[in-house]
Amino acid sequence: MEETIKEKRLITTQSPHIKDKATSRKIMYYVIIGLLPATIAGIYFFKTKALKVICTSVVAALLTEFVILKIRKQPENIKDGSALVTGLLLGLILSPSVPWWIAALGSIFAIAIAKHTFGGLGHNIFNPALAGRAFLVASWPALMTAWLNIDGTTSATPLGMLKLEGIKTSYYNLILGNTAGCIGETSAIAILIGAIFLLLTKIIDWRIPISYIGTVFIFSFIFKQDPIFHLFAGGLLLGAFFMATDYVTTPITKKGKLIFGFGCGILTIILRLFSSYPEGVMFSILLMNGATPLIDRFTKQKPFGYRKKEKKETIRKE
Amino acid sequence: MPKFIGGLHLKENKLTRKKRTEEMPVPKRVILPLRQHIGAPCSPIVKEGDKVKVGQKIADSTDFVSAPIHSPVSGIVIGIVKAPHPTLKECEAILIESDKLMEKDDSTKKRENIETLSKEELRRIIREAGIVGLGGAAFPTHVKLTPPKEKKIDTVILNGAECEPYLTCDHRVMLEHPEKIIKGLQIITKILEPEYCYIGIEDNKENAIAILESKLQDMGLTDKIKVVRLKTRYPQGAEKNLIYSITKRVVPSNGGLPMDVGVVVQNVQTAKAIYDAVYEGKPLIERVITVTGAVKEQKNLLVKIGTPTKDIIEYCKGYTNAIGKIIFGGPMMGIAQKTNNVPIIKGSSGILVQAIVEPEEKETECIRCGRCIDVCPMLLMPTIIAKYSDNENYEKAEEYFALDCYECGCCAYVCPSKIPLVEKIRKAKEEITRKKKERSTK
Repeated sequence: MEETIKEKRLITTQSPHIKDKATSRKIMYYVIIGLLPATIAGIYFFKTKALKVICTSVVAALLTEFVILKIRKQPENIKDGSALVTGLLLGLILSPSVPWWIAALGSIFAIAIAKHTFGGLGHNIFNPALAGRAFLVASWPALMTAWLNIDGTTSATPLGMLKLEGIKTSYYNLILGNTAGCIGETSAIAILIGAIFLLLTKIIDWRIPISYIGTVFIFSFIFKQDPIFHLFAGGLLLGAFFMATDYVTTPITKKGKLIFGFGCGILTIILRLFSSYPEGVMFSILLMNGATPLIDRFTKQKPFGYRKKEKKETIRKE
Repeated sequence: MPKFIGGLHLKENKLTRKKRTEEMPVPKRVILPLRQHIGAPCSPIVKEGDKVKVGQKIADSTDFVSAPIHSPVSGIVIGIVKAPHPTLKECEAILIESDKLMEKDDSTKKRENIETLSKEELRRIIREAGIVGLGGAAFPTHVKLTPPKEKKIDTVILNGAECEPYLTCDHRVMLEHPEKIIKGLQIITKILEPEYCYIGIEDNKENAIAILESKLQDMGLTDKIKVVRLKTRYPQGAEKNLIYSITKRVVPSNGGLPMDVGVVVQNVQTAKAIYDAVYEGKPLIERVITVTGAVKEQKNLLVKIGTPTKDIIEYCKGYTNAIGKIIFGGPMMGIAQKTNNVPIIKGSSGILVQAIVEPEEKETECIRCGRCIDVCPMLLMPTIIAKYSDNENYEKAEEYFALDCYECGCCAYVCPSKIPLVEKIRKAKEEITRKKKERSTK
């Protein structure tokens, strides 16, 4: 005889009763895998200096996150992978020549200030790694603009060489990574391998990178610059595929993503061509991060079957 | 192939798709709640101690939007008490103890000369048979077949999509009673006189598509009734998406109904119930359900309305493991039950037993990944509505169209942060509706 099962022995959570296997943590780790080719290329080209910078930025990020979460008494923990991603990204956008304490301070700022003072995971407005870098550039400009060739000699970046001396770097060097620059931005091939992985696994949406890169391409052409050069020089590819696609700090709607990418593209071109900075990616993305809440509001989706009718009274605050 | 925007591809788990429908033996006792449909509840017309026969009307209502309830067994009314209910906390119900004789009531007899019946007479028969939508919503069918004069109906769609994983009851009814379904559809078309008639079936049920197409050919109806092969995708069977996929018409949001675009949709089992009522004089006293998941024998069962879950599980030889949930319906929209004493009611499509899973994933912060927005078949922004709901800002939740959500579960399914989005949106909908009622009664 089937016994009567009383309440409390049966689980009565609400529908749906099945869920997809993806978790936030898995997504973070996929992003890290996507960053591995660029990381490996950076270490290959810039050797122990690069390894030191990346290790420092990652460890500093994890430690800062651990301490802050304890202080905030939050249920999240460092295992969710978000601090690891921030630390790795920051390391990749630093010059291999920076001293270890620059990498550490950048991570601490990124995690403690750019992320947690805004509310922690999911609540920050600005990309923490980029914010960390902006802090470093503003505070130690000389150290942050000292670049190395792969043989260890000092150099300027391809964008710097173009702006200040009119020297154009060959496509071959740009694509392979045989240039000076941030640890992760030099090898276009490595970045693209990781980017394609993330696109195929649907971790990142194509809209932002394509509209960002497309805008840069078209507008550099309009301003009589070499569009292919601008594609592969500087931090555009790394920024477009790994920073501008950060979920938290970019628009949530499809239309919004296209607008965001377009805005980043315009700003990058303006900064690269008409400002005294050789590179514009970092500031472009940070500025568009600030515009994201507004973009989301303006691209609010209408439901299926939406009709513009006499305004139905909505409930008013009592 | 016609499809709609959004939605998900889910693992089908149609474990019972090949199992022929079995008729479950008459239960010892049936529990018949007085609320089994949308609309006014019924009042009993029998009392404790009364003897009843199979098909005898035992409860009715004077409201238009309601449907009477009939006894599925012959026996004695042993009480009218509060009993567990699949969708309400509990409900007043008529308890009948079966005498296993299954004596038929005089009102249930075959009918001749169906063609001479008028629209009004057909509607009355459908009403008197207590037929409600068997797809789950249980809306009184005669009301759906009596649209207001200003709403001209030119299309009738039979819903054979059955998009929820695990459920195969509609599939089996299509395979086993195609002619009755078509005849039921013909009664609907006699009443509504539409220009177009479709039967929508997902393409994971090729044999059902084949059998219905062949029956339509035999009956010479292929130019009047078209079988539409739909892309298998959840929630293809949701009314608004079904109508869009087949006719490309968009049902207006915020309270719009299919009749606003000239369409009436009925489930295939409802069509068969209409056949049973009109041709055989049978009221709605039994239906096919799927019993699946962690039971020893998974089946498609023809059960009497009011059969307690306990009896059904026993008939399926019991559970396979320590169970976690008994779900009425499918895994996406079904309701987890508090007790196994709860009866099958008219709208119950299946019982899915879920074994205990490793600890459910904990809810974490929303990372604004946007997957919920990508999958919503109503093009809503679930995470935003949920956040406003958390902050009790129901005004904003309404501005983000919370009321258009039909709780399909796609958003919560994909959320990587395991946020119970449907739960939060439901709360917002309840509060918004409650405040609207308050204001309209002020």
